[in-house]
Amino acid sequence: MAYLELNNICKTYGQGANEMEVLSNINLKIEEGEFVAIVGFTGSGKTTLVNLINGLLAPTSGAVLFKGAPVVDTSHERGVIFQNYSLLPWLTVEQNVLMAVKEAFPEKNKKELKTIVADYVEMVSLTPAMHKRPKELSGGMRQRVAVARALAMKPEMIIMDEPLGALDALTRGNLQDEILNIWGKDKRTALLITNDVDEGIYMADRIIPLRPGPNATLGPEFKIDLERPRDKTAMNDNANFKKTRNAIIEYLMDIGNERKTEAKEAYILPDLVPKDFVNQFKFGN
Amino acid sequence: MKASITFGKVTNFLGLGFFSTLKNLFTGKLEKEDFKVLLRKTIVPLASIVLFIGLWHLGAKSLYNIEAKFKIEKALKDQGQTAADALKVCIASGESTCQPNTLPSPAQVWESYKSLLRDHHIISSDKAAFIEKTAVLNAKRIAAGKAAITYTGRPSFVDQIFRSLQTVFAGFLLALLIAVPLGIFIGLSPTLKSAFNWFIQIFKPVSPVVWYLLVFMIVKTLLIDSNEDSSFTISFISVGFCSMWATLVNTAMGVSTVDKDYINVAKVLKLGTFQKIFKVVLPSSLPLIFTGLKITLSVAWMVLIAIELLAQSPGLGLFVWEEFQNGANDSNAKIIVAMFVIGIIGFLLDRLMLTIQNWVSFDKTDAI
Repeated sequence: MAYLELNNICKTYGQGANEMEVLSNINLKIEEGEFVAIVGFTGSGKTTLVNLINGLLAPTSGAVLFKGAPVVDTSHERGVIFQNYSLLPWLTVEQNVLMAVKEAFPEKNKKELKTIVADYVEMVSLTPAMHKRPKELSGGMRQRVAVARALAMKPEMIIMDEPLGALDALTRGNLQDEILNIWGKDKRTALLITNDVDEGIYMADRIIPLRPGPNATLGPEFKIDLERPRDKTAMNDNANFKKTRNAIIEYLMDIGNERKTEAKEAYILPDLVPKDFVNQFKFGN
Repeated sequence: MKASITFGKVTNFLGLGFFSTLKNLFTGKLEKEDFKVLLRKTIVPLASIVLFIGLWHLGAKSLYNIEAKFKIEKALKDQGQTAADALKVCIASGESTCQPNTLPSPAQVWESYKSLLRDHHIISSDKAAFIEKTAVLNAKRIAAGKAAITYTGRPSFVDQIFRSLQTVFAGFLLALLIAVPLGIFIGLSPTLKSAFNWFIQIFKPVSPVVWYLLVFMIVKTLLIDSNEDSSFTISFISVGFCSMWATLVNTAMGVSTVDKDYINVAKVLKLGTFQKIFKVVLPSSLPLIFTGLKITLSVAWMVLIAIELLAQSPGLGLFVWEEFQNGANDSNAKIIVAMFVIGIIGFLLDRLMLTIQNWVSFDKTDAI
């Protein structure tokens, strides 16, 4: 039995005539210690998928199984790093992380909790910004706080929803390395949702494309057979890397084109004749 | 983390930024670009004040002339030429008994202001003398288990101001204690929201006068055994009920529209209900709650005058009403003094709220 299992997941929003199926027939198995990336276009239902796995949403049909038990609510076992950081702006870096740690380890005393917070803030090298508020930090620093907050709860699985989407290329690269470093230390299971194929290849063991919604479903998986730790510059010349990258991009382009041709439906316009305004404004006859 | 506190920072924080420009003018640190700011922020307002006083003066003068002419004509018609001439001389001499009763001029208002201050000094020295005189006697009375003799003279204008402030703060506190918790409950629960919605919609637009009457009906019966003067109780409760709606609606709205991201964080971290309310929901709705409180305080101050007048509770409202009933030759001027005092205190209260809001709010962007 897999560590995380998604069986025939369907998720619809709305009711009646407005009903829209965002995800249909999603099947996914993730083994313990694996790093899986899901790559998809914006608006393909990636965030919905993440929320189903972390327990914020319930599937319309099908089941999400985590360690064999169905997911019914959020849990400290699955840490989430949100796309838009979601730090509480009225708390400092320390307080933001402390709030999470306090919930995860209610039995520990204040001093122990503070030590955990300090360790994780140190890990994302933000100790100098410990007492600053999110507003005073750059985008990359904010995301590092979010990473520290998620990891400080010591989750068994990390779920990342486009964590680096809003960052510039340089910060992005640095943070990718940091996340990989932390993941490499205790090999927790990780699920990364991203729209960047290169990021997926650099970080994950497996890449699974998400076909665009509505009715989004998972495409065939691509295994990444590259030695860890991976080197970004060396990777560019690696034949294996090039082959995988081209295959994934080709696949995504194909489904993109497919979608375009599908969209060419005929619009049936109602048979309307403009009103006779001249007569309408003649008063008193 | 402690930054040095400078004059500029303090004045900016209080929303009185033009003071720092003014200070620069006197210390000779004025740059050329600053001059434009100085013109806009200091000279233009000052000029408009001068213009306002000038127009007021001219208007008051013409109203005075109309009233005087009418009075003389009436005297001529009713009592004949001699009486009219005597009245003319009397008006021209500035004799207080025969002055026309109309809008007072700025100078008269200023005189009244000074006389009110003088009056305050006389009353407070009277009071001090009384306390001194009765100190020994009171000590004996208290020792004998009797009530002390208290000063029962008429309150001065300044006393009335403080009494009004007391009433408004008591009313504001009542509004805060009712509206904020209730608003949080309503905001959190859609069921409560639909239960209270009709109540809010119907009672929100009710006039202060009606609130006063309602509170009067209830409090009168509740305090039926008490010999104490209940006018203060009635007026502060009415003020609270009139003014709490803005806070109630704003709090409910703030709480029910917390950013979805923050709610998701609370869920993922598995915060308990209390933790969620106090650590996530309340801080994020604080700006809206404060906007509501600011409106509440200014509404409270506005309705206070009307309610004090009705309740016969001492304060500025009663002062205005008594001066109007009094009809002495400087009564009108005193009413105008009270009007300015009410306006200025209202402005200061608004500033006070803004300062507190800046203090507690995480979002340090400039508010208006």
